[in-house]
Amino acid sequence: MTNSDWTPDQPLVSIKDVHKSFGDLEVLKGVSLDVRQGEVICIIGPSGSGKSTLIRCVNALNTIDSGSIKVEGIEVNDPDLDKLELRKNVGMVFQQYNLFPHKTALENVMMAPIKVLKQSAEEVEERAHALIKRVNLVGKENSYPGELSGGQQQRVAIARSLAMNPDVMLFDEVTAALDPETVNEVLLAIKDLAQDGMTCILVTHEMGFAREVADHIYFTDRGIIVEHGPPATFFTEATDPRTQEFLSQIL
Amino acid sequence: MNAFQQYFYDLAQTHPKWNFIYFYDPVQAWRVADGLWMTIQLSVICVIFSVIIGVVGAWAQGAHSKTLRLVMQGYIQFFRNTPPLVQLMFFYFALGQFTPTYAPDGWVEVPIISNVGWAIISLSFFAGAFNVEIFRAGIEAVPESTQEAAEALGMNRLQIYVYIVLPLAFRVSLPALNNNLVNLVKTTTQALAIAVPELLYQMISIYNDYSTAQNACMLFLFFAYFLLVGILVLGMSRWERGMRIPGYGA
Repeated sequence: MTNSDWTPDQPLVSIKDVHKSFGDLEVLKGVSLDVRQGEVICIIGPSGSGKSTLIRCVNALNTIDSGSIKVEGIEVNDPDLDKLELRKNVGMVFQQYNLFPHKTALENVMMAPIKVLKQSAEEVEERAHALIKRVNLVGKENSYPGELSGGQQQRVAIARSLAMNPDVMLFDEVTAALDPETVNEVLLAIKDLAQDGMTCILVTHEMGFAREVADHIYFTDRGIIVEHGPPATFFTEATDPRTQEFLSQIL
Repeated sequence: MNAFQQYFYDLAQTHPKWNFIYFYDPVQAWRVADGLWMTIQLSVICVIFSVIIGVVGAWAQGAHSKTLRLVMQGYIQFFRNTPPLVQLMFFYFALGQFTPTYAPDGWVEVPIISNVGWAIISLSFFAGAFNVEIFRAGIEAVPESTQEAAEALGMNRLQIYVYIVLPLAFRVSLPALNNNLVNLVKTTTQALAIAVPELLYQMISIYNDYSTAQNACMLFLFFAYFLLVGILVLGMSRWERGMRIPGYGA
């Protein structure tokens, strides 16, 4: 179902004029942004500004009311959307890790490629071991999520997502539930990915991290993108008063 | 008569209130054995059927069809809010009248569902109604966010149900299921009312025939059910331990 018109020189994720309401509450009021292949973008903003809703719409966990979201040419806002085809290309990591508690770390990583992509168990296991190594968890393969720290669980969640070989990764406030001392190990794993050329969309409150890894930063407030720019200028030359106020509270 | 049988025979002569007749009279011993075997069969079959009813019913309760959900709700309310003894009698005496009959020997017409059959049906539906609620509570205890993660990995509804929801829900349900199955085993005694020759029925028959055996029969009943339920509980808690996930739940 991949749109044959799409070529890698076009934006990998293209969001245009997206509107989304929950009941009477309009959380997205016409958001547009493009993410090119290999680009890392960070979305920042106060709580309730629609950041999480926006990235949940990208892999169709939430539906949108109007507008368009295209991932590699696949229109998400399409009643006949092949969700499997979309989600094969889009990985997602959640704030609360959401690992499968009855499966070991290794089984968590292996499950989707075997059950969803029907790949052979041996081949998947080999890849899973490599991914566990990549997120620096060698020795924890047979631990259950309940036996791991928050930071370790979150790195398993990253490996689990990568096992599907996605083209773009969504990170939804992935360090917000972590102890301060484990935040860094998760950020390092993401940074490693970003440097490897993975296209990433991050919703985050880690300003230092955003400044370091992002190619582009978007500031959202009350459902719209107020301001955006590359980190070099975004933090120093913000012009909108709302951005300035937010930054002054956080930095 | 061997020494064991002789001892209880002598005991009955010297202490007529303690006539352990089933220990020295082979005919009575067989009645006990038959009763015990019937109780075990009834328990095992009803446990299996009631668990199947529970799983299917819990699925039906989450179905899209409103009719299906209403039917399930009606079924649960009916079986949960009425006494199992009344249900047994209703099934056998009322519904039993409408079941077709056949004549295996060409002469006597017998209903195609025997009293044992009705006991199995009635008790399975009775315990099944509780199992539906138990499994439903287990399914509701699986966090939406865990299912969402599976969805984000491309799993479809059925895969999420089979690989994520059921294994987790089942673990949550086990302690409550345990309780309900214990109740079920004990409730099989009520099949006595429709003359199912299970353990209680046989023991009462024995002391109706030999009134001096009454105390001995009561004693045996307590002992037998204590042991039967004990074995069930032991098996279930072993299973529970075996399925426990390190670092998850209580």
